[in-house]
Amino acid sequence: MITIGKLKLKNPVMVASGTFGYAREFEDFLDLKKLGAIVTKTITLKPRQGNPMPRICETASGMLNAIGLQNEGIENFINEKLPYLAKIGTSVIVSISGNNAEEFSRLAKRLDKEKSVDGIELNISCPNIQAKGLVAQCPDATYEVVEAVRKATDKTIITKLSPNVTDIVGIAKCACNAGSDAVSLVNTFLGMVIDINTEKPKLANVTGGLSGPCIKPIALRMVWEVAKNIDKPVIGMGGIMSAEDAIEFLLAGAKAVQVGTANFVEPGICEKIIKGIDKWTKKKS
Amino acid sequence: MKDIKATILSNVKVKGDYYKIILDAVYIAKHAKPGQFVQVRCASGTEILFRRPFSIHRARSGKIEMLYEVVGKGTEVLSCKRSGECVDVLGPLGNGFTLLPPSTLHPSPILIAGGIGTAPLVFLAEELAKRKIKPIVLIGARTKSLILCEKDFKKAGADVKIATDDASRGYKGFVSGLLEEVIKKGKYSQGAKVYCCGPDPMMKSIASICLKHGLKCEVSLEETMACGIGACLGCVVKLKNGEQKLACKDGPVFDAEKLSLEQ
Ligand SMILES: Cc1cc2nc3c(=O)[nH]c(=O)nc-3n(C[C@H](O)[C@H](O)[C@H](O)COP(=O)(O)OP(=O)(O)OC[C@H]3O[C@@H](n4cnc5c(N)ncnc54)[C@H](O)[C@@H]3O)c2cc1C
Ligand SMILES: Cc1cc2nc3c(=O)[nH]c(=O)nc-3n(C[C@H](O)[C@H](O)[C@H](O)COP(=O)(O)O)c2cc1C
Ligand code: FES
Repeated sequence: MITIGKLKLKNPVMVASGTFGYAREFEDFLDLKKLGAIVTKTITLKPRQGNPMPRICETASGMLNAIGLQNEGIENFINEKLPYLAKIGTSVIVSISGNNAEEFSRLAKRLDKEKSVDGIELNISCPNIQAKGLVAQCPDATYEVVEAVRKATDKTIITKLSPNVTDIVGIAKCACNAGSDAVSLVNTFLGMVIDINTEKPKLANVTGGLSGPCIKPIALRMVWEVAKNIDKPVIGMGGIMSAEDAIEFLLAGAKAVQVGTANFVEPGICEKIIKGIDKWTKKKS
Repeated sequence: MKDIKATILSNVKVKGDYYKIILDAVYIAKHAKPGQFVQVRCASGTEILFRRPFSIHRARSGKIEMLYEVVGKGTEVLSCKRSGECVDVLGPLGNGFTLLPPSTLHPSPILIAGGIGTAPLVFLAEELAKRKIKPIVLIGARTKSLILCEKDFKKAGADVKIATDDASRGYKGFVSGLLEEVIKKGKYSQGAKVYCCGPDPMMKSIASICLKHGLKCEVSLEETMACGIGACLGCVVKLKNGEQKLACKDGPVFDAEKLSLEQ
């Protein structure tokens, strides 16, 4: 049993926001209730169309994405997606994002009323929105958002950090001081790819977030740095493709992990990772 | 939908850069419909991360076939695989072509294939043959040595017409020109449904010709795909009415009328 805030997880493996849809997409490929927790695609107050196409591009051992938080908005999410998630029998963590602290707080208040929501992940680090910088790059803004959400709900709050910063430990500390129960990291690294035939960027948004196995060593280093400097639980992610990868994160100090891009490559992969970690834990003890 | 480890029964060059792979995939073969596709993990390891989408070219007796063109690193690796090796295949994915019930389906729909776009249309023609429907098939190729599946279509009872870009056989020019000729000469039945798969510009011109002549047309779209199951939101297709659909889950076959052609 793994404890994160008020969450009690049956195992340390969660699926990462934006890489598992609303879980139903994967029901044919694995037993969903075996997952430690499900983190939903990031939800906003109003529906969002997302960025223009092309939005994804493969890179060496990774991918770039600029989806742009396409989602149906909080009310449609609660009416159409949440009932299915609630019935699965595992913890449901809803990822939310807003344009300011007030929007985050409204989202959290709304979710606070839903019994089937077990936790809230704050996506303050999505690199795809055309704003000046990111909340996650500014200690004060991070503090302000987390504090507002803390006032709005007693549910477990996980703050998801961006790796596109100079001092990730500093931001993590701000989130914890403002009342976050845990931090998760990393979100994607800002990157780009140019098509030399058209001489144009491959993504319509020009830049996008890099994920997948190519980011793992950097993500692992950041998780290790944060874990040794804060007291709250750290949830590690970035390029996990196997139980061995996940175990590296646990050894670096993460209490749980999230699996992202790997779900696209092998939709049933989380079950394998859970089994692998279980075997490793038993062998060790 | 299932993700299975399938044994390669054969994987051979057909002509030019075109290959045909046959997989032992009972579940997928049983459930596949024309126009659906599979996601194949072409390479082991993570260097080539995404699976690659391929239309189901044929599905029968527990086997599926795919016809593919080597265009880049994934298909290159796939073309080197030998029979006896295994590949991960996910499928059947997406919605296929709409097959009207035999009674209401027009006796002769028109199937239009451009290059590797021939792949799903063979499956469709063979399915139509089972319903005693003999389509007109227009095949477009760059040159006569690259014409795909002519024999397969004929075996299914189709009336096959050819267009080559370099005038080496049949109609001189694009297959869209051939369609206009067929329409002009009245060599088709009024109200015939058109099923089309090929490169983007070709599908666009076919769709606009159909629109002009009041023919219903379904096209099978190609978008870059990461997941193939509606999870990544990377394959969005915008409809004329502004709605957003996913090529992998809501498509890859769409009603041409509903698409905005300029996209
Ligand atoms: C639903 C669907 C069905 C398909 N069915 C078939 C099929 O039956 N047979 C077949 O040969 N191919 C099919 N394709 C296209 C096939 O998926 C691509 O050719 C393949 O992914 C290329 O992989 P690669 O690694 O060899 O090329 P890459 O190295 O990834 O790319 C090489 C070049 O091909 C271009 N390219 C890559 N993917 C696509 C794409 N999806 N559409 C257009 N251009 C692309 C790239 O821009 C690049 O210029 C289908 C695609 C979709 C979406
Ligand atoms: C297509 C795609 C969409 C994503 N969408 C979101 C999102 O909506 N919210 C979020 O917090 N993170 C999102 N992420 C980031 C992942 O949750 C994760 O932090 C990142 O991909 C690193 O993990 P990975 O290498 O295992 O994928 C997305 C990633 C991808 C690839
Ligand atoms: S390919 Fe992932 S949503 Fe269509």
